[in-house]
Amino acid sequence: MSSNKAGKVQDNVADRAARHVIRLRGIRKLYQMGQQQVAALDGIDLDIDKGEFAALMGPSGSGKSTLMNILGCLDRPTFGSYELEGREVAHLSDDELAVMRNRHIGFVFQNFNLLSRISSVDNVALPLIYAGVGARERRERAMHFLEAVGLADRAEHMPNELSGGQRQRVAIARALVNEPEIIMADEPTGNLDTKSTKEIMEIFQKMHGKGRTIILVTHEPEIAVCANRQLLVRDGVITRDEGRGVVLDVV
Amino acid sequence: MAFTALYANKLRSLLTMLGIIIGVGAVIAMVSVGMGVRSNVQESIASLGSNMLIVSPGSSNRGGPRGAAGSMQTLKYEDARAIQSKIRNIDFVSPSVSGSYQIVNGNQNWNSSVQGVTPEYMDIKSLVVESGSFISTDNMNKRDRVAVIGTTVAENLFGSENPVGRNIRVNNQPFRVIGLLESKGQSSMGQDQDDVVIIPLTTAQERMLGITYVQSISVQVKDALYMDQVQEDIEVLLRQRHRIVGDKEDDFHVRNLTSLMETMTQTTTMITLLLGSVAGISLIVGGIGIMNIMMVSVTERTREIGIRKALGATFGNIMMQFLIESVVIGVIGGIIGIFIGCCLSYAIAGLGGFSTVITLAPIVVSFSFSVGIGLLFGILPARKAAKLDPIEALRYE
Repeated sequence: MSSNKAGKVQDNVADRAARHVIRLRGIRKLYQMGQQQVAALDGIDLDIDKGEFAALMGPSGSGKSTLMNILGCLDRPTFGSYELEGREVAHLSDDELAVMRNRHIGFVFQNFNLLSRISSVDNVALPLIYAGVGARERRERAMHFLEAVGLADRAEHMPNELSGGQRQRVAIARALVNEPEIIMADEPTGNLDTKSTKEIMEIFQKMHGKGRTIILVTHEPEIAVCANRQLLVRDGVITRDEGRGVVLDVV
Repeated sequence: MAFTALYANKLRSLLTMLGIIIGVGAVIAMVSVGMGVRSNVQESIASLGSNMLIVSPGSSNRGGPRGAAGSMQTLKYEDARAIQSKIRNIDFVSPSVSGSYQIVNGNQNWNSSVQGVTPEYMDIKSLVVESGSFISTDNMNKRDRVAVIGTTVAENLFGSENPVGRNIRVNNQPFRVIGLLESKGQSSMGQDQDDVVIIPLTTAQERMLGITYVQSISVQVKDALYMDQVQEDIEVLLRQRHRIVGDKEDDFHVRNLTSLMETMTQTTTMITLLLGSVAGISLIVGGIGIMNIMMVSVTERTREIGIRKALGATFGNIMMQFLIESVVIGVIGGIIGIFIGCCLSYAIAGLGGFSTVITLAPIVVSFSFSVGIGLLFGILPARKAAKLDPIEALRYE
């Protein structure tokens, strides 16, 4: 009997993990500003399901970057619980967080953040170095994902020989290369022209179609409408949580 | 990866390495010069007789007034032979007798010191024969009337002519000159070392002086290390041979040139120490150079570090990356430094006209030191890099 029950509990945990990739409960982040304590995040409860494409919106100073950092395991909340893939990560050490980032999260940044001294394919392969993958396999996998974003012919080019859109596609390939569950994109189109923006968003749509979980931070409503869930952060709390098609006015 | 980063900043990496290159090069060049000077000094002091033990007869003391040192007649040629054959760690043994005689060639005459010696005398006194040959064992055995003369004697008797093969008279006995010594100049005591006539020991004993004993035995020890041991051995051996038992006083003295030896070791140690410390300081300066540049490099690459950390690099990964970079600087700088140091030491030897000695020790020491310095002075910047907060680092412009 008891073993049966234990199995059930485990099933429940597994179930929940399968559904909710991310589970935030009562997340607060406090900063000490002189004598005052300022809450950048003031009690966030949020579940993000597997395969969801969520857009995180909010004006500057709303705490959306802080939330993004915590979701991306770059930062720890002061209070609250954060379960990533069913594992509590709110109080992990720096190195444990680094491993979580490496295994479970792919980052796409506004300013691409490619290393300028190494070629596209080496940039893409970078997360695999820290995952302990051998050189030959690193290259194979990096080439595979470069192909997926249509840049196989630019593999040996340096980042500064590529256009903005191409650079962001390299960055996306890098985010995908270690097969993470979650893609975190922080204003990925902020530095791009409209044509490139369209290309990049198409790639995100395609990834979403393949069942990846995507969290997109943006302040442009036109970008956010591509997502199937829109979250508005204001003054450290989530004020609106809408489905696809609604245009949220950030301001 | 480390090479890519270093290659991307060629000039800066090179300038950083320069500190190490100069440091290692200086260590090797200076120590090799030091060793060269040391072996030169050692050689020249050795030629003064630093490794020499001199056995002389004691003073006679059978009641009444005591004789001068060396006045006893107990030291024999056989004692010298016994020392040669029974005592280890000695190079040469040379017994000798001497007297002062009038030397005559035709209408020229000159008073000089006549030394009766064995063939080993040449090695022990570092004599060089300019022309002709030195006393041979054959001359010894036959008690030949042959002589090797110094330049002062040659000048006074023969002027500028070559004396070899000519006949002279020593104490009215005819001698054939078989060799002319190269000039040695004055000794430290102000004695003219070229004012000498050298004849076989047996000839001197039997044909000139009419004695059966020797006046002194010079013993050259293999290495300064064995001086005390050899001295003791000789004393024991001679006491046995002379049948001196119990508390009875020795009838001989064994003396060494300790003060000379001490001066030598002291001088050479100081020289090596001085050069080594100058070079060592330059190595440390080079190391601080590495640290300086690595610090700048960390600041400059804050963003890169942020990216790497965001992609999953741990503290250890980043630390390792920067440490490898600084060690690579140390290794490459060290190798170039060794090369330059060796070239420099050859150049100094070539231009300065004295020998330098390149030994393995300073090369190994300075190389491992440069790698160690790369490691040591890389730790601080590497730690700084590895501890960066990824959020801050990503925001850094």
